Amino acid sequence: MQFAFYIAGGVAVVATLLAITRLSAVHALLYLAVSLVAAGVVFYTLGAPFVAALELVVYAGAIMVLFVFVVMMLNLGSRATEAERALVTRGAWTGPLALAIVLLAEMAYLALRAKTGAHSGTMVEPKQVALALYGPYALGVELASMLLLAGLVAAYHLGWRRRSEMEKEDAVNTDRTRADSGRDPVHAGDGRLARTP
Amino acid sequence: MVGLLVRRNVVFQLMSIEIMLNAAGLAFIVAGARWSQADGQVMFLFILAMAAAEVSVGLALVLLLYRTLHSLDSDRASSMKG
Repeated sequence: MQFAFYIAGGVAVVATLLAITRLSAVHALLYLAVSLVAAGVVFYTLGAPFVAALELVVYAGAIMVLFVFVVMMLNLGSRATEAERALVTRGAWTGPLALAIVLLAEMAYLALRAKTGAHSGTMVEPKQVALALYGPYALGVELASMLLLAGLVAAYHLGWRRRSEMEKEDAVNTDRTRADSGRDPVHAGDGRLARTP
Repeated sequence: MVGLLVRRNVVFQLMSIEIMLNAAGLAFIVAGARWSQADGQVMFLFILAMAAAEVSVGLALVLLLYRTLHSLDSDRASSMKG
């Protein structure tokens, strides 16, 4: 069980580092999905099977998929990767990296100094979590559902366009995408002609 | 956090925010496991719900941004209207 924790943790850290340094959005998203799955495994080794499953289903399975949908809809092509290369220079990383290293050192110092509690093998049962949710945290659950409703309405409203507009845009975008990629259904074009999704 | 500060593409910035939320959730789970209480997992559930709502609204905003600016560079979104 300990091995699984360290290996999954290592995979999560490496995958996250790769995710933020990639130039292509799709590559970064895939690495992020790997990182989230590894985090799910970490949760399981910590004795939280319920949230491990939730992380896989909701985070890696819904939120990441949403990201992938949007990136695919934008259909940026290889031109975006070139543009990204120009934006993310070596010099841009120095400041944030310095700050992050300071924070990391501080965290490591605190973690190593504390009394090492043994990895508790006790599992927190899903039943306990459910009882907590129905009991003391019931108000929080209601608020969370209201938040999700608000998010739903907001996303719908922000994405809504008149039907005739959408049909015209869809036709134009399809023609543009076809011309851009040379009628190749698999490979994206270089994003020369890509416009509104 | 480093990713959020460095990248200018808004999709990458949103991704970095998700990473940060996940890290905070991990801290909560670890704390819950340390004292064998269910509260850590409950907190993670709330963080998850919040992240889902935030991602949906954030991505809708990204789409709107792309429609008007035709670019995903967050530095371009620097002028306010009116």
